[in-house]
Amino acid sequence: MGGPLIVSSALLEMRGIDKSFPGVKALDSVDFTLRSGEIHALMGENGAGKSTLIKVLTGVFPKDGGSIALEGKLIHPRTPLHAQTLGISTVYQEVNLVPTLSVAENIFLGREPTRFGSIQWRRMKAASEQALAKLDIQINVGRLLSSYSIAIQQMVAIARAVEIEAQVLVLDEPTSSLDKDEVRQLFAVMQKLKSQGLGILFVSHFLDQVFEVSDRITILRNGRLVGERQTSSITRLQLVSMMIGKSEDEVAVMASHNVRDLPTATGEPFLTATGLTKRGSVGPVDLQVRKGEVVGLAGLLGSGRTETAQIIFGVEHPDQGTIHVEGQPVRISNPRKAIRLGFGFLSEDRKMAGIIPNLSIRENIVLALQANRGWLRKISQRQQQELADRYIKALKIATPDADKPISQLSGGNQQKVLLARWLASQPKLLILDEPTRGVDVGAKAEIEGLVYQMCADGMAILFISSELDELLRDSSRLVVMRDRKKVGELSGDRLNSAELMNTIAAGGNER
Amino acid sequence: MNARLSRLGPWVWAVVSLALILVFNLVFTPGFFSIQARDGHFYGSLIDIANRAAPVMLVALGMTLVIATGGIDLSVGATMSIVGSVAALMVTKGHSPLAAILTACLFVALALGAWNGILVAVFKIQPIVATLILMVSGRGIAQLLTDGQIIQFHDPSLAYIGSGFLFKIPFSITVVVIVLLITAAVTRLTAMGLFIESVGDNPTASRYSGIDIRTVQLFAYAFCAICAGMAGLVATANTSAADANNTGLNLELDAILAVVIGGTKLTGGRYQLIGSIFGALVIQSLTTTILTKGLAIEFTLVVKALTVLAVCLLQSPQFRTKFRLPARSK
Repeated sequence: MGGPLIVSSALLEMRGIDKSFPGVKALDSVDFTLRSGEIHALMGENGAGKSTLIKVLTGVFPKDGGSIALEGKLIHPRTPLHAQTLGISTVYQEVNLVPTLSVAENIFLGREPTRFGSIQWRRMKAASEQALAKLDIQINVGRLLSSYSIAIQQMVAIARAVEIEAQVLVLDEPTSSLDKDEVRQLFAVMQKLKSQGLGILFVSHFLDQVFEVSDRITILRNGRLVGERQTSSITRLQLVSMMIGKSEDEVAVMASHNVRDLPTATGEPFLTATGLTKRGSVGPVDLQVRKGEVVGLAGLLGSGRTETAQIIFGVEHPDQGTIHVEGQPVRISNPRKAIRLGFGFLSEDRKMAGIIPNLSIRENIVLALQANRGWLRKISQRQQQELADRYIKALKIATPDADKPISQLSGGNQQKVLLARWLASQPKLLILDEPTRGVDVGAKAEIEGLVYQMCADGMAILFISSELDELLRDSSRLVVMRDRKKVGELSGDRLNSAELMNTIAAGGNER
Repeated sequence: MNARLSRLGPWVWAVVSLALILVFNLVFTPGFFSIQARDGHFYGSLIDIANRAAPVMLVALGMTLVIATGGIDLSVGATMSIVGSVAALMVTKGHSPLAAILTACLFVALALGAWNGILVAVFKIQPIVATLILMVSGRGIAQLLTDGQIIQFHDPSLAYIGSGFLFKIPFSITVVVIVLLITAAVTRLTAMGLFIESVGDNPTASRYSGIDIRTVQLFAYAFCAICAGMAGLVATANTSAADANNTGLNLELDAILAVVIGGTKLTGGRYQLIGSIFGALVIQSLTTTILTKGLAIEFTLVVKALTVLAVCLLQSPQFRTKFRLPARSK
């Protein structure tokens, strides 16, 4: 933490920022103040408006209302490039540089020093070395960018950003692809830049990192400003409760409300995962799901929940660890194998990994079942129609007929079609990754009701959600993850929101 | 009227284009629609168009499936050339019976398609590059097989495939109809058509749903090569000569155009077999029209390009919004 703060005047002031998208108010009169020489973390759950705020600041989206002032002067960033010339540079999670060019070329891409129309390579190299030296990084700037680690590539991106005489540096999830040592290296660079008077806006899902490096935290929730705190004056628990919108008093009330109406599962273990690890992604994670049990996977966004699910479903491959299904060791090298074992996976990424946009609702519903049967044993047109009609009715999918392309449905209805796809394949284990995201309240309740029903029918369910209420309501047991590993497990009396928030924030008895 | 036509399906524009060309001929080309019976066969411009379009139609059928998976096959012309050379050599050197020739050609085509399929599906080489390899080397192989000579042969049974008549119409048209029916049956009576469209529309989601993308791609490239092989046989049998240098030359481009005119998107997904057939007919009827009008042959290329441009613009959502044409139903 950054010692006693000098109360410097505001470098960047965003006041009353409004931004709406069709049907959603993404930002509702949000204020944000960044002082020079500070590292300011922007915190909030998924959908809280962090990235929208950053995109308004960096000119990706025009704002609907409010003002942005840099050093007291009103600015109107129109494009990221324009924001850059105003002094606001952004380094994204995925490095936006050209891997097949040299480090020096990357730093000066688009503004190479020239004389008589030809590039002055020597000057460029020297200036690049100087720029990196400011960050205490010494590397051969003539080598290809891709020959360096992601961490170094990120430093190069930062060097490039700073070289453009940035006053404000926005780091959007910079640590998510870095390992521990690389994070340390990045933090050293951030401290260095801070001491040079830069204002740094830092977005991360890692609580530890936020507490370690930031001076101040602004918390958003549902597009509104919750508050601004000095990092030294706030506890993890307070921060988490501000992020999820339950005061600590409320937490106590909520805990007493918690009705556990699901029967305690006594079924055989269906899935047992031991020590699942994938370097730079997740692990170690131990997990067991019994038949007729809903195991909730809790944790903040970026805590490794989806990654765990992807490994179980064979989308990603673990470096270590074993998976047993009904007591038998299995190797799941691709989703097809997982489906053959009786798994289903409703992905959180509906657009990329869910819908086949131009195919009909009917075709989308039968797809997984058909894939499992193979291409030669076609489900007859009549059976397809029956399946589709049954699920359209059962899940109350709002559509005039089953032959409409799925892309013409609303998000909630698309989600129900995808759920129908997996139900039609009659899985023994269904992994639900954020099944209620972007779904309206009515559909949400219906989906939760279905989860209960499926569980009662003896299906094993692994349930991932960012909404703690939902997790507590619908899970027989909770596995809590933080910073990409399992940090605890809650069941029985400990299955309440106070315990859950404590575990998420503090990571159980660790640290 | 625009909107109502669109609702029929994306292939409707190919039919409209063909109708426009025919109407033009009805007005400006006397005798274009006359069909005469001579020696018990039908002759006329319309029959001629269908007969000449046969190779492109055959190739376009296979190409449709490949394009629907989100791929492309540039090697179909070379495949035609190799298969044609093999057939001619089997007649001149081996005096093989027709059944043996057909079987051998089928296997040669299958092997070539499997080669493309393995490069794309297993080694994940971009389709345009993967099939470019065979496009270039395949013609070379055909030339090596034939020593760069045009191989003429005399085999009435083989020649019948390209120049015979069945029910008074050229047999090549019958071949097209049979291959069209087989293609429709193989993809629609099984789930392969659904998988092809699914993989082309969203490969990631298809993988998550348990579709074996590799099998789907292998199938498409193998099937496409078999169609190209059939086209090679028809073209070679038509002239009773294998010309390794020219058989199927630039035909891949016509086939791709036919598919695009037919309403299958180059990005993959939903495919239109009938559309591709009409697409090929549009291209050939344009060529024939220009020739019968006595215009220089070079002129065909320009007109062809303009037609393709028109059809593509009609299909482009951006163009349609800009000019307030009704949205195309998917």
